[in-house]
Amino acid sequence: MSTARDTWHRPPFIANPILRWAVYLGVGVYVLWTIATLPIDWARVAEGLERAQRIFGGAFPPSFARSGLLIDGFLESLKIAILATFGGVLLSIPIAFMAARNISPLPIYYLGRALIIIARSFHPVIVAIIFVKAVGFGPFAGVLTLVVYSIGFVAKMLAERIEEIDFGQVEAMRAAGAPYLSTLFYAIFPQIMPRQIGLTIYQLDSNLRASAVVGIVGAGGIGSTLANAFGRYDYDFALAITMVIVGVILVSEAVSGQIRKRI
Amino acid sequence: MGPAGTGRVRNREIQMLKITELVKRYGSGDPVLKNLNLTIEGESVVSIIGSSGAGKSTLLRCINRLVEPSSGSIVLNGTELTKLRGRELRAARRKIGMVFQGFNLVDRLTVMENVQSGRLGYISTWAAVMRRYPKEDIRRAYELMERVGIAHYADKRADELSGGERQRVGVVRALMQKPEILLADEPTASLDPKTSEQIMGLLRDLAGELKLPVLINIHNVAEAKEYTDRIVGMRYGRIIFDDLPEKLDQDAMDKIYSGSPAADRAGTPGEMREAS
Amino acid sequence: MTLSDLHRDDWARFTPRQRMQRYAMFLLGALAVGWALGSIDVIWAWVWDAPVQMGDLFGRMIPPDPTNLDTILWVLWETVNIATIATAFAVLISLPVAYLAAQNTTPNRATLWLGRFILVSSRSINTIIWALLFVAIFGPGIVAGIVAIMFRSIGFIGKLLGEAIEEIDKRPVEALEATGASRFKIIAYAIVPQVMPTFWAVSILRWDINLRESTVLGLVGAGGIGIILQGAIDTFNWPEAATVLLAILVLVILGEIVSAFLRRRIL
Ligand SMILES: Nc1ncnc2c1ncn2[C@@H]1O[C@H](COP(=O)(O)OP(=O)(O)O)[C@@H](O)[C@H]1O
Ligand SMILES: [Mg+2]
Repeated sequence: MSTARDTWHRPPFIANPILRWAVYLGVGVYVLWTIATLPIDWARVAEGLERAQRIFGGAFPPSFARSGLLIDGFLESLKIAILATFGGVLLSIPIAFMAARNISPLPIYYLGRALIIIARSFHPVIVAIIFVKAVGFGPFAGVLTLVVYSIGFVAKMLAERIEEIDFGQVEAMRAAGAPYLSTLFYAIFPQIMPRQIGLTIYQLDSNLRASAVVGIVGAGGIGSTLANAFGRYDYDFALAITMVIVGVILVSEAVSGQIRKRI
Repeated sequence: MGPAGTGRVRNREIQMLKITELVKRYGSGDPVLKNLNLTIEGESVVSIIGSSGAGKSTLLRCINRLVEPSSGSIVLNGTELTKLRGRELRAARRKIGMVFQGFNLVDRLTVMENVQSGRLGYISTWAAVMRRYPKEDIRRAYELMERVGIAHYADKRADELSGGERQRVGVVRALMQKPEILLADEPTASLDPKTSEQIMGLLRDLAGELKLPVLINIHNVAEAKEYTDRIVGMRYGRIIFDDLPEKLDQDAMDKIYSGSPAADRAGTPGEMREAS
Repeated sequence: MTLSDLHRDDWARFTPRQRMQRYAMFLLGALAVGWALGSIDVIWAWVWDAPVQMGDLFGRMIPPDPTNLDTILWVLWETVNIATIATAFAVLISLPVAYLAAQNTTPNRATLWLGRFILVSSRSINTIIWALLFVAIFGPGIVAGIVAIMFRSIGFIGKLLGEAIEEIDKRPVEALEATGASRFKIIAYAIVPQVMPTFWAVSILRWDINLRESTVLGLVGAGGIGIILQGAIDTFNWPEAATVLLAILVLVILGEIVSAFLRRRIL
């Protein structure tokens, strides 16, 4: 009890002091350097504030005068989302089976994984400009884009679900001499079905959100309406559209959450 | 330096907690505490027993105002606690240490940080955030931790410790406040019997060493009788027994516990049950 | 076990009511798809032509042209910086917002609604829409991009952090209240340590997402690799576009590896 210690230091996160200071220094230098080299043109920013005033001044009050255009845009977004969800989920099923380690032979597994990684890695807007170039402006490019987007998420989640399935049933089927497809239908589908329905509803919600974005680069839907309004300096209409987008997204999120909770 | 030196030497007036006509009602229901009177003087270890729902926790929590009393008065060493607000309330709480059934440690902080959190009311915000604790606080923490046998865990995270060790941290945290009274709400209910006895022994010994009154809610009547100087029995928000442990006979037990499930009497000494 | 056993076993899982619900759902889905197919405004000839067009386009991308690779890599680095700086600022700003938006820490009703309002408006407006706005304000360039990503990320991080604050174990908080500690110190000692894991996990996750988002900012003029991609596509320089796409793919995969590493290291 003679050890009257009166100093204490919290054990550092990185024990090695050299490494620790190197990390601190590295982070500090990186942050300072990137911020210092930001090309901020203060004159432009000051001017920008004026411009912001003009934009917000022009945006209030939001104008619902062309609500016909707005509704059309929305219906188109909804159609894009529905078709893309349908197509995306349909395509996701075979891709998910390909990408499930417990079902597929290695080469097919790698192919499935590669498809998923590619679909996930590219932001839908990039995919959209490529499709717009390939198939022209309009909702079809939007559908294709969101099909890819859906595959990136649905196939990935589904593959993970398939990897967790109970193999007892599959083996029972095989033992009963069932052909491959029957095994699929009777032993695997029932196990992944509930997850699949939840994922589909979630994806429909995501696609509706995303369709508002890909429209900005010309892939149809409400996003195109918004981009046009912005391009024509119709800030009051743009604000109206944005408000409606926000409202619809909130409603759609709530509805999809409720439905997924029920099933 | 001996264990007794770890506490503040109290040669001033005797510690006293005086509760009068305390009423607590949650919402609009029946009162949970009904015109309760209780005085605790000196450095005694007092246990409060009673079946669950009797109002033991509510009573303890009214003292440090984790629960707002509905009416009545609670005076600790001359300070009326029920009327305090804001800064004054915080100052009064520093004088009241509390030990919890679930330990209530911050799992992801080290033992030392948990222990020092008992001093948060005394140190500057900067020192608290930067973990720059005053030297005498660190010394005191090591002494207390050594006293209860956890000094070697100072740098460990609280969630790496066993239940008994965690409760020791809880006790040290409360003692770091240099409290004028220590409250313990079922401090051993989450522990195995052996550890439970160790903690009770520790509380009793510390009360003696630090000249500190200790008020313990406890389920286990055998432990209450063995480790405390005075037993208060509660039932339906009233005190119906208040005497020396050896005066707690079968008759009193029945009054305190009658009609309650047998589980509530866990730890009732065997011979008592047989006697009935 | 025979096939029919399994079959019956399956359907026994659903009560008739559930089965009706399922049929209704499928019917509804079919109707929705039918409606969308029937009324969507596309030129079907183009649709049938699409595979050929796509094949043609990818054909023109091969082989990718690496002549501008050094510029591409440099701008890619700039893209990383946009994501990183924006995430860092967003994290700092989302802390007080999460504090306001969590029911158990917010000072009063008004601040709760203020916090929630900030979160909802930030979250439901996409990065690209924010970017459109900030390009209009700040002019084209990386600053608009950083601010746009920041604005979108605040809602994301703030919401998850606010939920983490609401889900903390309240008992340590109570214990520190009992020691007479002030509000701020209670936050520092009992709340912050508990939300730290979520804080790091959410920050890393958002950085990973922002890496992807920052690759498209350029398409609305807000800096980053998107500008080069847009330029290549507009001039029908498909081999260079292919190089950019490959670079983005590598970047995103590296980003995932880095964030997986950080998650393991920190959590
Ligand atoms: N926060 C609260 N709100 C409403 N009722 C409570 C609350 N806390 C305790 N009670 C009620 O008060 C009574 C006494 O509870 P408590 O003081 O916890 O008893 P004990 O600690 O003796 O088991 C119980 O009937 C309990 O249901
Ligand atoms: Mg209790």
